[in-house]
Amino acid sequence: MPVVALKPGYADAVEIRDKKENFHGNQVVYLHWEEHLSFCAATAFPLPPDMPFGALVEQLIPQYYGMHPDFGLIDWECVEWKIDGQQSTPDMGRSLAENGVDHKTLICFRTPGLNGFKGSCS
Amino acid sequence: MTPPRKKKLNLKKRYELMTRGLDWETSYQKMDDVFPYDTFEGIKITDWSKWEDPFRLTMDAYWKYQGEKERKLYAVLDSFAQNNGQLGISDARYVNAIKLFLTGVTPLEYQAHRHFAHLGRHIRGVGPRVAAQMQSLDELRHAQTQIHTISHYNKYFDGFAEFPHMHDRVWYLSVPKSFFDDACSAGPFEFFTAISFAFEYVLTNLLFVPFMSGAAYNGDLATVTFGFSAQSDEARHMTLGIEVIKFMLEQHPDNLPIVQQWVDKWFWRGHKMLGLVAMMMDYMLPKRIMSWKEAWEIYFTEAGGALFEDLSRYGLRVPKYADIATDEAEHISHQNWSIFYQYTQAAGFHTWLPSDEEMAWLSEKYPNTFDKYYRPRFEMWREMEARGERFYNNALPQLCQTCQIPMGYTEPGDPTRIGFRSTEYAGERYHFCSDGCKDIFENEPEKFSQAWLPVHQIFQGNCGGAELSDVLEWYHMKNGTDNMDYTGSPDQKQWDAWQSVRKRVAG
Repeated sequence: MPVVALKPGYADAVEIRDKKENFHGNQVVYLHWEEHLSFCAATAFPLPPDMPFGALVEQLIPQYYGMHPDFGLIDWECVEWKIDGQQSTPDMGRSLAENGVDHKTLICFRTPGLNGFKGSCS
Repeated sequence: MTPPRKKKLNLKKRYELMTRGLDWETSYQKMDDVFPYDTFEGIKITDWSKWEDPFRLTMDAYWKYQGEKERKLYAVLDSFAQNNGQLGISDARYVNAIKLFLTGVTPLEYQAHRHFAHLGRHIRGVGPRVAAQMQSLDELRHAQTQIHTISHYNKYFDGFAEFPHMHDRVWYLSVPKSFFDDACSAGPFEFFTAISFAFEYVLTNLLFVPFMSGAAYNGDLATVTFGFSAQSDEARHMTLGIEVIKFMLEQHPDNLPIVQQWVDKWFWRGHKMLGLVAMMMDYMLPKRIMSWKEAWEIYFTEAGGALFEDLSRYGLRVPKYADIATDEAEHISHQNWSIFYQYTQAAGFHTWLPSDEEMAWLSEKYPNTFDKYYRPRFEMWREMEARGERFYNNALPQLCQTCQIPMGYTEPGDPTRIGFRSTEYAGERYHFCSDGCKDIFENEPEKFSQAWLPVHQIFQGNCGGAELSDVLEWYHMKNGTDNMDYTGSPDQKQWDAWQSVRKRVAG
């Protein structure tokens, strides 16, 4: 659709504000624990693309999601992952980039059998 | 012989001379050069003289009426201040609703003043130009009267002091700010459709009527006073909104698809922004008047339904996704309050969990959703509070590229799943909370790819630093004073001290 603008050449002068290079070597990654909506939205982190995927599970996720009563019950072997909507079995030893995580990728994880406080998805 | 009577112009003639008679066709300069803004949007106007002025008001009469209103308004505000009106409110917790309203809305009044002044210069037709000039003055007056109210409450409560500074920086105030920036950076006809029609005509009652009744119920005369003083202006603004729409649709059939797309866009943007009002009504008023869902049914479903039925003779249909917005009226206040509860550390007002009595009210008002989806969430948080483990979300939320609200809204028809939408533009990925917000982006990706998203700006290092304390300082929010729960806040301590003095005096 052609841009509706007063100034000729407006579309070519647009500066996209959230390009990867504006994040000082990091890329924005979003995390979401499905069926646990007491975390009101997916969370956002600036992460180095060469960070191992396993660091999410060992450090980041426990730090930011650990207070939920379901958290201690998670069996990480059974967790189902989705990277940008695609079912995925991430290799924990390889980097985010090698697992297909890119700038502004959404990573969702589901914990079968655990669906929030008293099963309310909260 | 009786002396000849002095001739006096009748109202209509006088009006014509004082408005249309003051305009002329330029001859030294091309009209397109003098009025460079009113054609690029593609709206075709064949005859500006067909504009019907909704209020036949000349500037001198306008001045007279407004002067009278000002005198009354400031007399009431003065007496509120002299009689310590802040002590008459239902509870100090109430003031948090006013903090959100005044820090969110007052700067918008000022933005509206500026942009209507721009239209008051740049619209080719003299009728709408005069109307825009008057509205520009109204909006400045509204900003001033609200600032007087802020000024009074600021002497006694936290969270008001830095409102203009906060408007440009704080994560949730970016929601109203970006809404208005979007309108002001559009052409004049889109601005009229956005602000005068979609906001002031279709949605304004949802903002003003329940909210002003809420203020009255809770003893807040300062807010009621500016509300009433603004009301007669609002009636004029609404009429301008409907006249603009009819005028565009009557002028040329090519205008219909453009107008329809704007109506769809601004209805959706307004619906998302009013989610903040929904939360105030359902969670923040100590004495409630009606639920958000009830207000939506009366002021949108019924009143809006009749309006769009009337407009269907021009080919205009009900805004796209109106059905989804109506479905969301069952959820939006609970979801928004959940957002602020878990990010209380970064809010410029206080938060709390609903009491048993309040939860009973919510169950009654939301029989389809509250007990099933939201009560357990609050009960879980209450248990955690009791254990001394109050729930804070210490990560930053993913934001919608269009409305800039944390993406906390669920799939239409499934409140157990967050609705995620995304698209690509120029090799970059963008995320949205809803189909409505995604459509808006896809119609104007050049504009919305430039959005200033507070979370990404923090990551880019543009908000004072990476730690919460850095960002709060950059917001000019006082940690431990302006933010966090109401219980234990300086506001609460002060209020309790006042109440105990009053009880002692009363014996």
